[in-house]
Amino acid sequence: MGLLLSILIRIHLIAPQAKIPLLELLSHTGAPGGVMSPEYYLSLLTMHGTIMVFFVLTTAPQSGFGNYFLPIQIGAEDMAFPRLNMLSFWVTLAGLVVLLAAFFIPDGPPISGWTAYPPLSAVGGASGPGEAVGQNLWIISIAIFCLASMLGALNFIATTLDLRARGLSLGRLPLTCWAWFITAILALLSFAVLLAAGALLLLDRVGGTSFFVPGGLIVSDKIIHHSGGSPLLWQHLFWFFGHPEVYIAILPGMGVTSHILSTFSRKPIFGYKAMVGAMATIGCLGFVVWGHHMFVSGMSPYSAFAFSVLTMAIAVPSAIKTFNWLGTIVGGKLRFPTAMLFALGFVSLFVTGGLSGIFLGQPPVDIYFHDTYFVLAHFHMIMGVAAIFGIFGGTYFWFPKMFGRMLNETLGKIHFWVTFVGVYAIFMPMHFLGLEGHPRRYSELSGFEFLKPLMGVHTFISHAAFVTGAIQLVFIFNLFWSMFKGKKAAENPWEATTLEWTVPSPPPHDNFAGRHPVVLRGAYEFSVPGAAKDYVMQDSPK
Amino acid sequence: MGMALAAIIMLFAAFTSALVVRKGLSFDWVSIPMPRVLWLNTGLLLVSSLTLELARGALGAHRREAFARWLYITTALGVAFIAGQLAAWRELAAQGVYLATNPSSSFFYLLTAAHGLHLLGGIGALLYLVVRARAIAWGEQRRVAVDVTALYWHFMDGLWIYILFLLMTRF
Ligand code: HEM
Ligand SMILES: [Cu+2]
Repeated sequence: MGLLLSILIRIHLIAPQAKIPLLELLSHTGAPGGVMSPEYYLSLLTMHGTIMVFFVLTTAPQSGFGNYFLPIQIGAEDMAFPRLNMLSFWVTLAGLVVLLAAFFIPDGPPISGWTAYPPLSAVGGASGPGEAVGQNLWIISIAIFCLASMLGALNFIATTLDLRARGLSLGRLPLTCWAWFITAILALLSFAVLLAAGALLLLDRVGGTSFFVPGGLIVSDKIIHHSGGSPLLWQHLFWFFGHPEVYIAILPGMGVTSHILSTFSRKPIFGYKAMVGAMATIGCLGFVVWGHHMFVSGMSPYSAFAFSVLTMAIAVPSAIKTFNWLGTIVGGKLRFPTAMLFALGFVSLFVTGGLSGIFLGQPPVDIYFHDTYFVLAHFHMIMGVAAIFGIFGGTYFWFPKMFGRMLNETLGKIHFWVTFVGVYAIFMPMHFLGLEGHPRRYSELSGFEFLKPLMGVHTFISHAAFVTGAIQLVFIFNLFWSMFKGKKAAENPWEATTLEWTVPSPPPHDNFAGRHPVVLRGAYEFSVPGAAKDYVMQDSPK
Repeated sequence: MGMALAAIIMLFAAFTSALVVRKGLSFDWVSIPMPRVLWLNTGLLLVSSLTLELARGALGAHRREAFARWLYITTALGVAFIAGQLAAWRELAAQGVYLATNPSSSFFYLLTAAHGLHLLGGIGALLYLVVRARAIAWGEQRRVAVDVTALYWHFMDGLWIYILFLLMTRF
């Protein structure tokens, strides 16, 4: 869904006049005769960003894998509050339905982007298509999503704290569980703030208040009846949520990556405590760096300096994680199933995306780069693709456990390599577009002299995107084919150590069939000298 | 539960920062007159915390009738508080002060509504206890539910005092 939107976006960028007949079915006004209007381009962009950030990157790694594997990995029958779990799931779905409903109203989804900056997002229909009902739906959807995430997060925290099996001290917890736990804390605290911001925005729109709308604003030749509000206030509230949010998206990926790297290097994770500490540090620092999204919005140079220094400080725990990942694979007896490839891909993308972040974190540099394709390149590399690689890695790794059958490895490797090369082909050139000063969120480029020479780059990116998008069909085919026809999976096909591999594949409904596992050792005991095999299960007596 | 309260604190912290910024940045802030009935409401809420503690005390001392009685009283006080808040809204509306009249009134309605909604959750929990009062009084099982509800209720009480303070201070 989100992917489809991005493909539409890419088609439009290289061929603004292209006819896409299906689009007309979706919206007469947005795509008369199948030709996408600039405004409709922005609507699609908004929906792409919102679906991806909230309903994919926030939901899949945490609510998806987390709900399934957190209880098994800690030796529990289920999450602490199964009913809360179901509630959170259905409420999330309701949020998605409300969001998608925006496609089916006359003037379509909002055009204000996933960050929904006022005044555009706050003054209603006069400011553009989708800003009447569409934007209301967007806010309500996000508010619903906030509630669902907070309920889910409470459940994760309670589960991790209270339901661990006997012997499973915090120091023996798999890093995946740590990641889900820390993510849950971030989600609980940051979504509350977004909820508050959403409530204020909605009141500005429907209640006539002026929290975010300044006075004397003229929109479409009409003066707006608001006074004294501050659009900057929204940016502060939004990014106070927004920066922790980027870690909510990626921390679970870090957990999965650590887990997979250790398993297929046949080595204990390098620096377990440092890994946990780094995640916790990233989580804390994540709450005090929101200003780096606002260097250009107007702030005193002193605060910009403070935000910049704090932002740079995040590079330290990030580097620790990277070095520890490398330390884990160096000298290991490496195995390369698809899951391992995606984990290695994650590390690569994390480094690439992190490096561009360091540039953006410098206010003087960011003044140039802000709102250019450089920012797009940065966050797609790290938040978009790296997090998605985490999801893919997790899928290839846990599929046998979930469905009792193996995914086809040949298809998996094709999927990996094309995707890996593809995403670099898509997002690396965007750095250069950004260096040339190419602004983001422009629907048509033909009108600007300085952008004309860059058209070739766009064509290249779009074609890379089509190929990369298409190869995902192989993945989807692999999923369904293997579910029914794949090789039967044994209990522990990867020779891994954690508790989920001690139960049948797929696990019984209550995970352990009434057994109460007792944990006797840490999560990553690979290649222990003197042990019979090169791995020792967590519940194994010797 | 502690974590849930932390989330609520974040919610109201966000509202607070919005208020401080909005008030500090602009020149259109006109403080609104505080409806008198708020003082009565505050009193009701404070007393309800007290009666809830009396209920817990009665439960500890195995005085089952008293437990149920204090529980009823607490719930009734909670409902009365909500009614009182609604009365405060009507008083303001009667003076022509609505949500969009001024930023100060916007925040007044916003904060009281947000607190009221949370308090309704607390009333829901109290009603659950009321329905289960007999079962709780006879068994050890559900005592946790009482403790958790009490924690939440006192928290709402404190939160209200904080909001009142926030709305009244002129800085
Ligand atoms: C060393 C670490 C990092 C640094 C120094 C950094 C710095 C920055 C800065 C300064 C910006 C604002 C650029 C602008 O708008 O002009 C930015 C944007 C962004 N970053 Fe990062 N970042 C880092 C890591 C990450 C990570 C790990 C993620 C996600 C997993 C991430 C996701 C994003 C997103 C989504 C945006 C753009 C949001 C938008 O404007 O739509 N960043 N980053
Ligand atoms: Cu950030």
